[in-house]
Amino acid sequence: MTDQTIQRIASDTPDVAPRFVRRVRGLSDRAITWLFIGPTLAILLAINIFPLIWTVYLSFTNYRANQPGREVKWVGTRNYERLLGSEDIWGYLQATAHFVVWTMVLQVLVGFGLALLINRNFRGASFWTTLILIPMMLSPAVVGTFWTYIYQPQTGIFSYIIDFFAGTGAIDMIGSVTLAPWAIIIVDTWMWAPYIMLLCLAGLRSIPDYLYEAAEIDRANALQKFWYITLPRVLPFLMLAVLFRGIENFKMFDMVVELTSGGPGSTTELASINLKREAFEKWRTGFSSAFAIILFVTVFGLGNIYVKALNKVKS
Amino acid sequence: MRILVTTALAAAVSAVSFSGANAQDKEITLCWAAWDPANALVELSKDFTAKTGIGMNFEFVPWTSFADRMLNELNSGGKLCDLMIGDSQWIGGGATYGHYVKLNDFFEKEGISMDDFLPATVNAYSTWPKGTPNYYALPAMGDALGWVYRKDWFERPEIQEAFKAEYGRDLAVPKNWTELREIAQFFQGREIDGKKVYGAAIYTERGSEGITMGVTAALYPWGFKYENTPGKYDMEGAVNSAEAVEALEFYKSMYETATPPGHSDAYMVANLDAYKSGQVAMQMNWFAFFPGIAKDETVGGDVSGFFANPPQNVEGSTLGGQGISVVSYSDKQEEALEYIKWFAQPDVQAKWWALGGYSCHVAVAGADDFAESTPFAGEFLKAMGSVKDFWQEPIYAELLQAMQKRVHDYVVADQGTAQEALDKLIEDWTISFEDDGKL
Repeated sequence: MTDQTIQRIASDTPDVAPRFVRRVRGLSDRAITWLFIGPTLAILLAINIFPLIWTVYLSFTNYRANQPGREVKWVGTRNYERLLGSEDIWGYLQATAHFVVWTMVLQVLVGFGLALLINRNFRGASFWTTLILIPMMLSPAVVGTFWTYIYQPQTGIFSYIIDFFAGTGAIDMIGSVTLAPWAIIIVDTWMWAPYIMLLCLAGLRSIPDYLYEAAEIDRANALQKFWYITLPRVLPFLMLAVLFRGIENFKMFDMVVELTSGGPGSTTELASINLKREAFEKWRTGFSSAFAIILFVTVFGLGNIYVKALNKVKS
Repeated sequence: MRILVTTALAAAVSAVSFSGANAQDKEITLCWAAWDPANALVELSKDFTAKTGIGMNFEFVPWTSFADRMLNELNSGGKLCDLMIGDSQWIGGGATYGHYVKLNDFFEKEGISMDDFLPATVNAYSTWPKGTPNYYALPAMGDALGWVYRKDWFERPEIQEAFKAEYGRDLAVPKNWTELREIAQFFQGREIDGKKVYGAAIYTERGSEGITMGVTAALYPWGFKYENTPGKYDMEGAVNSAEAVEALEFYKSMYETATPPGHSDAYMVANLDAYKSGQVAMQMNWFAFFPGIAKDETVGGDVSGFFANPPQNVEGSTLGGQGISVVSYSDKQEEALEYIKWFAQPDVQAKWWALGGYSCHVAVAGADDFAESTPFAGEFLKAMGSVKDFWQEPIYAELLQAMQKRVHDYVVADQGTAQEALDKLIEDWTISFEDDGKL
């Protein structure tokens, strides 16, 4: 393009840009800031903050979403009293805590262990990494469904393997009150330990080699190197992974519903499963809103404490 | 020229859109559960399309999520379904919350009489409040819970001998629940044709309605009642009566001593699978599946026999089945009513039965040769004579979930006693009725 052409185009183009700039120049920095963050804030308020406030309001009422014409009555703290006084609700929370704690413990052990192995960069490490990551790429509902077949006492491979090595006979993982909570923990660990592994691997690969070389010079043994170099360096990554997985598992729903439907009885009925039943099967909207608020406060509180601890570790 | 072409194109597009809209208007959607009778209905409905020119779309959802999916659809005022074949327990909510169109005027105008349908089905599938002539559905699919057994195994001389030696009577269709359990226990763990088999596949499903339907099949023959006085919601002494406690304990003993391993979350399909694979001697299931079983390659023909739910203290069967309703949010109510008008005709009902649906029309089910028409038709009529349904209250889903939890906790998870389970159930139901303003 020649200079002449550029000049011609410039002269033909209406004087829009300078006018716009003049208009924007009329705005203060604060106004421009609001112009940019305003839409985001509006969306956030509409889809996040307002529903939260609305849920808080509903939790003090007898509202039922399936009865639109029904008079909505203010019931004070009745829903909260019923919830906190219900043995069943405490049972669901206990089942949830059991699930969250044990999945975290097992996933950290397995995930970190796998990361240490993969980090050795042996031949075929990439292949094994890909293979290990497959479970977490599957849909939780699909995982729940196919594990019901794996756990099937007569035809499932899990029962067969246990029986082969331990001679236990057919074991009913899903139908047994004692084993069902472990059945869901095993599946979740199988599915999500790779995620912990991935984050730990990132942590391991970020440790500079010279630290280990210095430790070698100081004649540190393997355990000392792990304790004083590896673990502290990986800990922030590990804690972050635990935070993400902990929050996810606190609201675990799909995999467990497909696997056990919360049974046998209510043995594996986690808080979120019960919440869904109260809200969308029984349609006790007010009551379930109160339950949701209690869960929210619990997760929010625990999450905050954990993040503070994480920041301490980082610093 | 350009204007001419543009105009022509616009006209063509308008014409296509218009004809498309017309075709669209001539289609209605029927929602139901995904199971054998639904396939029969698809076949049957081809006649409707041929006769009226109204196309039929179908939205079939698996039973375990049917109530969830469809009640959400109704509660949100959705327009997906023009016709709904909803479960019998939905009728209270359907009528009270205005999901279903009241059909009295339409029936009167079209000369459709409810006297032409089996009284038990009209009461169960069509009316709300119960016992009043307020119709919100046409009885579409009669159903009750029954039993299927391996007739070929029952007839084997060596098995008959072994049974007689153990129980001192002939191995035959059970006359009551005590005999039923004995037969199931007899088969439990027995080897037949080199394969270990089990007694009976019963309902134990936790998520939707399975175990409640199974447990009530035992409760009703023991004389279970939901209330002492109908309509008063006075449940103490009825729901947790001595007979109810005994029936619940009995069902638990069936689960513990006569079902296959791992049968802890089983409903219709799981029972069918257990039976068809030769794993069990008997299965509890809805009559709706019996035409399919009778025609099945492996267990059909003379291999299987059928019987109605056995009595104990009284006759009693758990009611299944559905009525067909017009959804009040539909924009195509006229076409939907046209379908009901067509479906109510005796010849259509006869074909419905022939294809595998359970007609509730007196002209079909009340015909002299009906009982002999299939191996299970007589038993179906017998069962329909003593059916009882779960609460049909608008808040039935809440009541159902409470029962699912309490009985599964006791029967499968072995927590507490039967008395405690039923006492807690009354507590749950009382809270629900209080919240609903009934108490």
